[in-house]
Amino acid sequence: MSVIPEPGYLEAAVDALALSTDRSDRRTCALPARWARRLQAAAVGLAFPAVLLLLWELSARYGWLPAQILPDPRLVVETIQEFVASGELLDDTRISLMRVAQGFLFGGLAGLLLGVAMGLWPRFQAYVDPLFLAVSQVPTLGWMPLLILLVGIDEELKVIIIAWSAFIPVTLNTYRGIRAVPARYREVGQVLTFGPWSTLTKIVLPAALPTIFVGIREGLANSWQTLVAAELFASSEGLGYLMAWGRQLFQLDLVIMAMIAVGAIGLLFNWGLGSIERRLRRWQVAS
Amino acid sequence: MTVTAVALRPSVGSTHWRAVALPIVLLLAWEFAAHAGIGDARFLPSIESVAARGWTEIVDGQLLLDIAMSLTRDIAGFIIAALIGVPVGLALGLSRFVERVFGPTFSAYRQIALFAWVPLISLWFGTGEEAKIAFVALAALNPIVFNSAEGARSIPVQYREVARVLTFDRWQLLRYVALPGAFPSIVTGLHLGLIYAWLATVGAEFFLNLGPGLGGRINEGRELFQMDLLLLCVLLLGVIGVLLNKLAGLAETRLLAWQKR
Repeated sequence: MSVIPEPGYLEAAVDALALSTDRSDRRTCALPARWARRLQAAAVGLAFPAVLLLLWELSARYGWLPAQILPDPRLVVETIQEFVASGELLDDTRISLMRVAQGFLFGGLAGLLLGVAMGLWPRFQAYVDPLFLAVSQVPTLGWMPLLILLVGIDEELKVIIIAWSAFIPVTLNTYRGIRAVPARYREVGQVLTFGPWSTLTKIVLPAALPTIFVGIREGLANSWQTLVAAELFASSEGLGYLMAWGRQLFQLDLVIMAMIAVGAIGLLFNWGLGSIERRLRRWQVAS
Repeated sequence: MTVTAVALRPSVGSTHWRAVALPIVLLLAWEFAAHAGIGDARFLPSIESVAARGWTEIVDGQLLLDIAMSLTRDIAGFIIAALIGVPVGLALGLSRFVERVFGPTFSAYRQIALFAWVPLISLWFGTGEEAKIAFVALAALNPIVFNSAEGARSIPVQYREVARVLTFDRWQLLRYVALPGAFPSIVTGLHLGLIYAWLATVGAEFFLNLGPGLGGRINEGRELFQMDLLLLCVLLLGVIGVLLNKLAGLAETRLLAWQKR
């Protein structure tokens, strides 16, 4: 006895009832109306956070929860103002961003190279892929103690571990994207007597670009995650350090401030790369 | 069944040879370097000393206890995440109201790097078992909610119109339209959740350091400078990760095949 009914029945029902399948009339509303709708959506979306904030405020005012569990929101705001005014928050953010930039750059470039090599030469891939897959199965954090013994707890550690966390998704997606390029495309290159370089830059890479970009996006998200972990583990500056410090001092306002900063930057990364990705998709469909 | 079928293909033999070539070369180089004294012996223990360490740890029973503890946390957190995540995801994907009210908050929450929750969790739950399981659950929750919601959202509108024509109530809609339609996506989310849970188990044991577990042992290896213990535990992390992944993959294909029947 299966709980889930026959898969085909819904399709059959749609046919039998001759339901409309055309839903293209959604996007054709006027611009002001669309803006109004967006505004409304934003207002509805902000309602829940607003309720949470209100509850937080009430809880602080009437002491529902001890301050060690949930500090007064005004304290958090004050702390933020204080750290912004003194420039500490900006300094720590800059340091964290620099680490991510370095690690992501190294890891991403290495991943692109290895991914292209694995995608272009099946023989090379046959040698390297199993080892790569096996090594990539160890959670990134698992390497950290080993790396600490090998390179110490300074900048190298953070850059290497961040690079590693970006390297894996970039390699995997680059290689998959290139392997998925239809053979016909390359045949076109042969017909046009393209050399290997032109085939790569004019045919293979553009065709694989959307998949590669998925890897880049995932790699950046991983880098940011790993940065926080690495800074929590061993550092004396940066947003992660700010958190670890707040934890040790039992200053939840500091912890929450750092979390807000981490979340905001993650949101910016995701939004920026997301909009580039959408543009890439559109460009690909158009061409 | 499929294993024998694959093994019969002639080309596979050479592929297997290629697959193990590089690891074998690296292992030989390692062993050679360890014996020739090229690296510092503290940094580069020989393979047999790592294996010997593994054997004594197993005979002690300590290692098995660590593995059992880590796995228990992993599974407990995962189950909690699945029980919460699937209904929440389905609600987000099925109801426009829920999506509009809670969707933006969930998207914003997803952007906070997972490890940023560690200080908060440790201040709320301490550093004991509850804190670790809470962290693992939080890690697995994300992909489960996200994929369940995606699955429910991707159900063709016409199917829901059919449900309306057939005057399904909420429960019937869930059972005959939403669950089957979102099922593949839910299973994918659970699979991803399991991977994240394992990552978080290691993280929890690093950052919320108390009691036995593989992550704790790795830290111990680092603090006591025992490279053999460290390498052994890193290896185990990888092997257990692969096994969990394989099991989840197997369950995924089974479940999807069972649904298609």
